[in-house]
Amino acid sequence: MKKTDFTKNFKEWYEGNLSFDEQLSHNVEDIPVEHKKDEPHHVRKKIRTLQKLENDERKATKFGYRVFSIVFCVIICAVLIGTVNFLPGFADANAPTANEVYEHYVGEGREQTGAVNTVAGMILDYRAFDTLGESFVLFTATCAVLLLLEKAKNAPVKKRETFTFSNDPIICLVVKLIVPIIIVFGVYILFNGHLSPGGGFSGGAILGTGFILFAMAYGEDVAAKVISAKAIKIITICSLSFYCLSKSYSFFTGNEFNGVHSIIGPGTPGDFLSGGLILPLNLAVGFVVCCTMYSFYMVFKRGRLD
Amino acid sequence: MNFLINYEEVTSMILFAIGFTMLVFSKNIMKKILGLNIMDTGVYLFLASMGYIEDKLTPIVPPTGEVNALDYINPIPAGLVLTGIVVSVSFSALMLALTVRLYKKYRTLNLDEIYEKCSKEDEEE
Repeated sequence: MKKTDFTKNFKEWYEGNLSFDEQLSHNVEDIPVEHKKDEPHHVRKKIRTLQKLENDERKATKFGYRVFSIVFCVIICAVLIGTVNFLPGFADANAPTANEVYEHYVGEGREQTGAVNTVAGMILDYRAFDTLGESFVLFTATCAVLLLLEKAKNAPVKKRETFTFSNDPIICLVVKLIVPIIIVFGVYILFNGHLSPGGGFSGGAILGTGFILFAMAYGEDVAAKVISAKAIKIITICSLSFYCLSKSYSFFTGNEFNGVHSIIGPGTPGDFLSGGLILPLNLAVGFVVCCTMYSFYMVFKRGRLD
Repeated sequence: MNFLINYEEVTSMILFAIGFTMLVFSKNIMKKILGLNIMDTGVYLFLASMGYIEDKLTPIVPPTGEVNALDYINPIPAGLVLTGIVVSVSFSALMLALTVRLYKKYRTLNLDEIYEKCSKEDEEE
């Protein structure tokens, strides 16, 4: 593939002139240089020689640039791999990262947080404000993308925005079969985050994938009717405020010195309703991630959420 | 010679170097974003491999009974990788949106041409 093809494909995709079949097998020919017909022969010849010289020069710089970048890559590789020599061995039990912090998290985490999954207990109890920051990063990114790309409702529709697979019987049948399974699996991972591997981020990503698959197969118009823009906004904002308030409460009451005790205990480890606030927080994070992924897809494909 | 033992770290360093070179030397904005994502992947691999300890279990403890922390691998890098993935997803989405806006204005993805057109505009003002 030539270097210019990528930009040209992007251009055609952006302008909406590219159908799906063309996207699969697209090969743009180089545009021939146009000569002005009214110029005399010797001027044309001179221009052609000049262009050839310029082309050669450009090719030479391009080649030099490429060689230089490869040399740069090799040098950086060598320096970084040299530092690997000073690292502790892979899978070494005596490595400095395996210190008392890790022993405390794994050893005491079950009694203190009530979560069997140590990673969930760590990121949603000990370090819950970190995860709150992550959710806000996602929310801010959604807002920024929406601000940058949102279009007016009566803006002209491009070809790529209306392309769907809704006439394809195979894809529609497979999506009909597979989307409910994906969504149930995502919900299972969300609800079992404190008991098994998984949690808010992975479950939310799987849920979002299910919705994106539905929107891809049946078209964004149908998907926008099923999941409205208002619902996405309400779910995201409610989840974020719930996270904010509940975690502030548990941080305020978690301090043993001010005499206030949290009414939410860790519960029996291993039960479904255990782990204190971890289960509702997992749900909140999962909804935020799901809505973010889905709105990224909708805004990039369609220009708006509804 | 630590390279043969630390093969995961070596792989992550190579990924990081390739991504960094792409980020710095590519003229196409889309390829710059791809390079940044490759760089992120190297960092995740590095963190995940630092948390692994040989012959130990995943950090899912049994609901009852004694917990010996030394039987489990280190869960902290897993949390750090989670943070990194979220930030990189948001960052890529924001950068791609900005690229679409830049393309809408200047009709090119080449950063040099965008600079040229930008400076021409400034001179006209």
